[in-house]
Amino acid sequence: MKELALHILDIAQNSIRAGAGEIRISISESSSEDLLTIVISDDGKGMDKETLQRAADPFFTSRKTRRVGLGLPLLSMNAALSGGEMKITSSPGAGTAVTASFRLNHIDRQPVGDIGGTVSFLITANPSINIAYMYTVDSHSWGVTTQEIREVLGTTSITDLKVVKYLREMITENTNELTNTKSGHDKY
Amino acid sequence: MGKFKSLADLKKVQEEARSKLDLRVKGDNPEGHVQIKVAMATCGIASGAKKVMDFMVDELDKRGISAVITQTGCMGYCYAEPTIEVQLPGREPVVYGYVDLKRADEIIEKYIKNGELVDGIIPVNYEKIDE
Repeated sequence: MKELALHILDIAQNSIRAGAGEIRISISESSSEDLLTIVISDDGKGMDKETLQRAADPFFTSRKTRRVGLGLPLLSMNAALSGGEMKITSSPGAGTAVTASFRLNHIDRQPVGDIGGTVSFLITANPSINIAYMYTVDSHSWGVTTQEIREVLGTTSITDLKVVKYLREMITENTNELTNTKSGHDKY
Repeated sequence: MGKFKSLADLKKVQEEARSKLDLRVKGDNPEGHVQIKVAMATCGIASGAKKVMDFMVDELDKRGISAVITQTGCMGYCYAEPTIEVQLPGREPVVYGYVDLKRADEIIEKYIKNGELVDGIIPVNYEKIDE
């Protein structure tokens, strides 16, 4: 995966398959700690201890279509390569939270990438799930949720292509603005 | 600081979209739009499904085609990713594999616009794994 946004798109699929009604995606950058942290948490069915232990094993998957599950192991690997780590907490009936941390300025850390496209897609392609997105850079945050969008849209469908395009641009612009306010740091 | 898009501005998009939709519906079945499902499992994402999805959103909107794009998980066709399932109103869904931007364009022009089948169809088992 060449961008962190693609990892987010990927891990969110697990939440969807777990029957999540709400998926929270938060990305935060801390210049002082040189840290970038991604948290994807859901209120899906969660995993028991045995499943949780095997979750990051590439040869373990809960799916029946094939016998490998690469999403979590790939994220774990990329986090480790960037001087960070991945942690998963989960319990049956209480949902799952995947936290991946990266050294912000590590030379091998992938760029965040097209987070606007990713989040707008997750929101509009899964109309029955509430996606809550938040990006934080030091003390500034911006976010949006499916619920807020629905309130503005009224009876217009969230799947309308004009809405999809608008959300993509809105999320991209506002997220970029956050990263632009950093002084003396790269935009990534 | 420039002017950035916000939820308030989304209201204007909503009004615009509403009026266009009313014109199109014209007493027809409101479910009469094309349903597209893009497979977004790890294999799909790694092979470029997101680019295909972005392309379809932009092009379908540009060409004025009323379509709903949602997603599905792994359909089991990992060897043929990116895959998309296209359902035209009143027809059975068709799964296309090996979808790059060129094929996506063909699918829009030939299949979605004219109902003409395009190369790369994957025969589907009627029971999807996640149902």
